[in-house]
Amino acid sequence: MLKEKGILFDVTLCIGCGSCYQACKEANKLPQTNNNFLNDHLSDNTFTVIEQYGEMYARKLCMHCNEPACVSVCLVGAIKKSPTGSVLYDAEKCIGCRYCMQACPHKIPRYEWGTTHPRIRKCNLCSDRVKSGKLSACSEACPTEATLFGDLDQLVTVAKKRLREHPEKYYQHIYGLEEVGGSHVLVLSPVPFEQLGYTSKLPKEPMPEFTMRAMEKIPPVVAVGGVFLSGMYWLTKRKNQIAKEEQKTTNGTKEI
Amino acid sequence: MKANEILKPTFWKVISVIIVTLGLFSTYFRFSRGLGATTNLYDSVPWGLWIGFDFLGVGLAAAGFTIAATVHIFHIHKYEPLVRPAILTAFIGYSLVICLLVVDLGRPENFWHPLIMWNIHSVMFEITWCIICYTTVLTLEFAPVVFEKFKLKAPLKLLKMISIPVVIAGVLFSTLHQSSFGSLYLIVPGRLHPLWYSPLLPVHFFISCIAAGLSMIIFESYQVTRAFTKETGFQHTGLRLDILSGAAFVVLIDLIIGFLLKIFDFINSGKLIYLTIPSTETYLFYLEIVVGTVIPIYLLSYKKYREDKKWLYIISICVISGLILNRLNVSITGLAASSGVNYFPSFDEISITLMLVVLAIFAFRLVAKNFPVFVGENEHEDAVNEKIVNESKQIILSERYE
Repeated sequence: MLKEKGILFDVTLCIGCGSCYQACKEANKLPQTNNNFLNDHLSDNTFTVIEQYGEMYARKLCMHCNEPACVSVCLVGAIKKSPTGSVLYDAEKCIGCRYCMQACPHKIPRYEWGTTHPRIRKCNLCSDRVKSGKLSACSEACPTEATLFGDLDQLVTVAKKRLREHPEKYYQHIYGLEEVGGSHVLVLSPVPFEQLGYTSKLPKEPMPEFTMRAMEKIPPVVAVGGVFLSGMYWLTKRKNQIAKEEQKTTNGTKEI
Repeated sequence: MKANEILKPTFWKVISVIIVTLGLFSTYFRFSRGLGATTNLYDSVPWGLWIGFDFLGVGLAAAGFTIAATVHIFHIHKYEPLVRPAILTAFIGYSLVICLLVVDLGRPENFWHPLIMWNIHSVMFEITWCIICYTTVLTLEFAPVVFEKFKLKAPLKLLKMISIPVVIAGVLFSTLHQSSFGSLYLIVPGRLHPLWYSPLLPVHFFISCIAAGLSMIIFESYQVTRAFTKETGFQHTGLRLDILSGAAFVVLIDLIIGFLLKIFDFINSGKLIYLTIPSTETYLFYLEIVVGTVIPIYLLSYKKYREDKKWLYIISICVISGLILNRLNVSITGLAASSGVNYFPSFDEISITLMLVVLAIFAFRLVAKNFPVFVGENEHEDAVNEKIVNESKQIILSERYE
């Protein structure tokens, strides 16, 4: 049984060498999209990017949320959460409604706009490599251990330890631990996260909760509505009948 | 109608043919080259005009369930003449929406997947199923009109037997998916502009669709009376004004409820501050509220406007515009700011949409002309049915003798 895996990315350790970017391209057999990886952005052929903010570098990739919005909104269940924690996409099921792109709080999923048979594209936490016991390609390639791959619970412990032991080095927050119900990618940074282009001010509760609050009202609406409408049908019909009969008796005419 | 009469070019015919031709070319390009080449959609703007238009189509077709419920469930028979136009509008509206949805899907060949692949947690799943079921309901509700025309008594009897459960199912399906179009956006609290984002979105959507659906019927009645009375072969036009005024009164009540709820929502969630921030969104929000809610409420609260055909027509246009603005604001404008980009639909997006609108109008005309849809003044539905049956009998007879 595989444990839940995750990635810990530490901005203070990243030197912006681009090894993870290259390794990701190779592992996923993606074509080159930009001569300078620092200028690249997430696309159907780029699952992770490194963004430069002064002397700091921030990695962006699918966060593999614990309760992913994309999984909850997909009407055919083409996106699923795997036992190892990765959020995986099945192109065979997909009908291409793109609700997942709209719903993702981190704005991660990308689309193959250029083809007539498009797929959703994003990081899959190297699901195939992990199954065969390997690390994710990006963390294996990282020369400074800025990207760590491992069991999620251990990564959380490591992250907390770093914050505790070097309070001067870090902004005291683990991005991804609580955002939208937590995710399998954790980020540590010396500065507040919005300065590094991470979506800040995300609610702590999982995004699907927002929908569930409306969806759970459906059964009562159907039940109450059905009874109400049937009742009204019977009542108004009866009322009309009585009115008709009364009219007839007052007119003195006899009915059959 | 004779062949040379159909081929006689008029302004609108020429325009329609041009639009449909362009639309067909765009449709061909859309399916042969893909979404990227033919739309202005991209990763930051995954939904555009087509989805926005689906919102409108469904919202404006709402009279299908409200009128059916009024007449068949609540037995208010005064509104009986509105039932068929409303159901026809809804049926054509939903057909248009389904066509546009398939065009918009990235993998249209998989459109049937929701039938066997279920994710009951998805609002989109619920909407898809409701639309499938409700379109079936609409087919069943309109089928009697067709059967009557062709004098098929056996299926007519069967449909009459199941008619009440069908109407009730239709009302429930409509209530669910009309509101669920709002629920679609509940999951994007950080993206949709706070002027529109609200936990009450589904309720707002439901209330606004009732007013707009009824306005659509008023609008159509006026248009039909104006356009078709000029032509021969179409007698069942003029709708009684008291019926339309009654519907307009319901629009007024509904708009007031919607407006009060919006005010309550704004105060309750402390969003009033956003009304004072000058931005494109704020202006569009004001436009939507003033045109779609404030002006109609003001005009409708005067009896003299409510009982004047021309004013009713103008008011109905206001309410319809209000809904169009609202749905496009939620689905396009309200999301633009958060993605930090501008989106304007491409030529192909617009031409396919226009083509479908033209085809919908054409279909509506065709059916309204050839089937007893608009029931004439002072005529009860049954009486008209009988008349139609007799007429068709005559036509059949006369054809045989010729």
